[in-house]
Amino acid sequence: MSGDGFSTIILTLVTFLPLVSGVLLMLFPRRDRDIRIFALVISLLTFILSLHLPVHFQRSQTEFQYQIDRQWVTTPNIHYHMGVDGISLWLVVLTTFLTPLCVLISWTSIHERVKEFFILLLILETALIGVFTSLDLFLFYFFWEATLIPMALLIGIFGHERKVYAAVKFFMYTMIASVFMLAAILWLYAHTGSFDFVTIRDQIMRGAVPQFPAAAQWLFLGFFLAFAVKVPLFPFHTWLPDAHVEAPTAGSVLLAGVLLKMGTYGMLRFNLGLFPEQARHNAWWVMTLALIGIIYGALVAMVQPNMKKLIAYSSVSHLGFVVLGIFSFTQAGLNGAMFLMLAHGISTGGLFMLAGILHERRHTYEISEFGGLASPMPVYAASYLVIVLASAGLPLLNGFIGEFLVLSGAFQAKAVYGILAATGVIWSAVYLLWMYQRVFHGKVTHPINNSLADLSGFEKIAIWPCAAAALVMGVAPIMWLGAIDPAVKAALTPFAQVASRMVGR
Amino acid sequence: MIAGFSPTLPQGADYVRILPEIVLSVFGMIVMVLEPLIDEEKSQKVLGLIALAGTAGGVAASWFMAQSPGIAFWGMVQADGFSVFFHMLVIAIAGVVILSSYEYMAVQQIRAGEYYALILFGTVGVALMSSAVELVLIFIALEISSISSYVLAGFRRKEASSAESSLKYFLLGSFATAFFLYGVALMFGATGSTNIDRISAALRAGPLPMLAFVAVAFMFVGLGFKVAAAPFHVWTPDVYEGAPAPIVGFMSTAPKAAAFAVLLRILFVINVPGRIWLIWISAALSMTLGNIGALVQNNVKRLLAYSSIAHAGYLLVAFAAAPGLGTSAVMFYTAAYAAMNLGAFAIVSHFANSGERYVSLEDYEGLGRTSPFLAATLTIFLLSLIGIPMTGGFFAKFYVFSAAVKADLIWLTIIGVLNSGIGAYYYLRIIVVMYMREARKEVPVTPVPFALRLAVFLCLAATVYLGIFPGGTLQYAQDSAAQLVQQSLPGGPASAPLATIPPTY
Repeated sequence: MSGDGFSTIILTLVTFLPLVSGVLLMLFPRRDRDIRIFALVISLLTFILSLHLPVHFQRSQTEFQYQIDRQWVTTPNIHYHMGVDGISLWLVVLTTFLTPLCVLISWTSIHERVKEFFILLLILETALIGVFTSLDLFLFYFFWEATLIPMALLIGIFGHERKVYAAVKFFMYTMIASVFMLAAILWLYAHTGSFDFVTIRDQIMRGAVPQFPAAAQWLFLGFFLAFAVKVPLFPFHTWLPDAHVEAPTAGSVLLAGVLLKMGTYGMLRFNLGLFPEQARHNAWWVMTLALIGIIYGALVAMVQPNMKKLIAYSSVSHLGFVVLGIFSFTQAGLNGAMFLMLAHGISTGGLFMLAGILHERRHTYEISEFGGLASPMPVYAASYLVIVLASAGLPLLNGFIGEFLVLSGAFQAKAVYGILAATGVIWSAVYLLWMYQRVFHGKVTHPINNSLADLSGFEKIAIWPCAAAALVMGVAPIMWLGAIDPAVKAALTPFAQVASRMVGR
Repeated sequence: MIAGFSPTLPQGADYVRILPEIVLSVFGMIVMVLEPLIDEEKSQKVLGLIALAGTAGGVAASWFMAQSPGIAFWGMVQADGFSVFFHMLVIAIAGVVILSSYEYMAVQQIRAGEYYALILFGTVGVALMSSAVELVLIFIALEISSISSYVLAGFRRKEASSAESSLKYFLLGSFATAFFLYGVALMFGATGSTNIDRISAALRAGPLPMLAFVAVAFMFVGLGFKVAAAPFHVWTPDVYEGAPAPIVGFMSTAPKAAAFAVLLRILFVINVPGRIWLIWISAALSMTLGNIGALVQNNVKRLLAYSSIAHAGYLLVAFAAAPGLGTSAVMFYTAAYAAMNLGAFAIVSHFANSGERYVSLEDYEGLGRTSPFLAATLTIFLLSLIGIPMTGGFFAKFYVFSAAVKADLIWLTIIGVLNSGIGAYYYLRIIVVMYMREARKEVPVTPVPFALRLAVFLCLAATVYLGIFPGGTLQYAQDSAAQLVQQSLPGGPASAPLATIPPTY
């Protein structure tokens, strides 16, 4: 696969282009307009470069592609090893897709410390892409922790009233949880002599790791805790509403759109990939927590008076679906989980942008402050409707495909999980549509809302790609699933082995 | 090597092996002699430059020392990769401290002569500590460095807090060195020698005398005080608070590094079994007490004092690990810690202004706006102290914990990683007030002079270099650690006939 030169450096290019540009941006004079244009050009360039990945991706192959593997540090044996498969491929593209939109949506809303804002945004993009492309556990942890700083600073500097509290809470929650993952990674290194994901996986599968059976449960939990806080799985979700409500719009978009997926991606890649047996043993309580998350998140979302908090809790609910799908260990469930990750990234990213637009005009997220907005802002209302329906899982839009697949996977695993999870679909329609009705329908209740401006040019360019993507993904999911399916099948092979071994006993 | 004792005079090579000490002493004396001859106006600059030249000469001399490894002065001093590493490190520290004192002296109205001379003499002491292999010589070197630090701590003569700091340090320090000396005497009683290699050989030859345990414990108390490890850490916050800020930077890095070097020699070369528990408890206590103490501090100097206790704890974790890995991890950690801590103190000393008025957290509010350069660099040093990727602090912690996991010290590792999670909070507090709060107080921000800029830049370069290309330094540390550990193994150089003064009892 690593035949020609470009396919070995493409991942490095996509990953580090934003970082290098961010560093260059530090040398720029403080001319805000130039900085914005520069950031937009770079993020668009990164997106275009990243499109190389799906276009030249060999869908039938299950190994990692576009690999690059160079020694970074000899002892400890750390490699600069990157590569993508059908799972991480789309998450990279999702990141590069959302970042230019974040730049656009921040065009006018960020007018202080513009330079710092875009530097942080670009650094964050590199860290996020790095998480999905690293195949060396050390490198993975490196990027994983590296996402914390720019995100916490984005929330803490550019956020709203309680920004410092939210930033510190976000930082401490995820930092403390991820040190357990570090301990687990160190254990794996001490007993395998390698940080390489593929090497470690093969050694575990061969049973060549000393003392592994005794430690496996703890290792599983070490990784799982770090991911569960990031997802966030109930009951580790309390940082999320705070972080979202206080974050600037672009921060929320990347937080909901990509950062949360780091957790579900990690579960899929590491918890399932390295510890299939433990994953199976622990599945019952993980799925239970996911179900609680689905229903609890939806019920809490329903009673939120604050639009952004409502969307944040809807994320808890939707990510519950993803975890449920992953731990169903069925082809449909995993396909659905993957697809839902992408769909949620786009629709929730879109919702946060729309909420941000409203906040910019009225400086509030309270739903009761609005009403009847459909008449002063028709284009806004129409765009909102598309995204809301995508998020609620209307057929022909992207959320439906993901939820449907997850539910069918959950039914295959255990019918009761499927039944309970299915109620979540109803709840999500309830809270989203009810919110839509209260904000847009009826008469304008507050006179000040009569004079609200409709979407500006920049805002249209930021929102419409989301709406378009939601539609295309809903109509032609095969474009995405074609690459996801073989990768998921490969991820599930150890489970077939585990199952047959169990039967053989 | 001289076979047996012969009353020959030292050879030329013997002098090369202590060349750095000679160069530093000569420059120290030049500074003292010149001081009364130059009028006070000019002396600040001239003497500072001479002292700086002294450290440059010292680094060059260390290079010559590295070219002729071996034992000098009848087995008192050993020039090997290990001692060269610490020579380079402490002399570089002295250089950076001199650079960052440059402006500080003028602002605080401190007379330059004795100040620079004492820094150089103190450096002689700490450098000698790292190459001495004779316990009595180690004690003398320890005294040279300690007495210089006692005086330097009291250099802000007009401040009561500085006098308190000096006196406290002196009284408690003398007490602690007495413990060390007691330990040396007991070790002599147990083995009949004060030479580390001979002690090691004697202990390996016969059954372990009880006295040797007690001796090692006593020496650990003395050195534990120097490195500010719990439960011998209580002096640290008060002394650091009162002493001049650049000197705190010096005290918290150079004598600490040297004391760790001595500990490495004593613990790993003498290698008394059972040392693990001594270290285990001290490490766990230092990390926990240091971090908890730092959480509630409002004075930046005190906060960094508690943080240095915590870092001593992380370093001690490596001592509980296997000798080879542990030694290289300690060496890397001391270097990384020196870079980030010196950098932080350089900025604190600039910002403190005359009389060190501005050292509380409130004074740092809004620094991100008023002085972007200082704030950004301080942020990087703090992130490194937290242990965030791309900084030296990350790899330092990583190696330490990695060595601990390899030695199956899982619980100590978990305490360590949890602590580093908690520790993130108070470093983050400083970043938060700098960037996320508006200044409430009028705090003058003076332009950053060239010397300080250079000092900060050097620390920054070292921090980032160690964070991105740790390989070279670590490789060097591992090679010299391997040499050192060889001595403790049967059949190593230690069992060859030693050239020492015969015991004179």
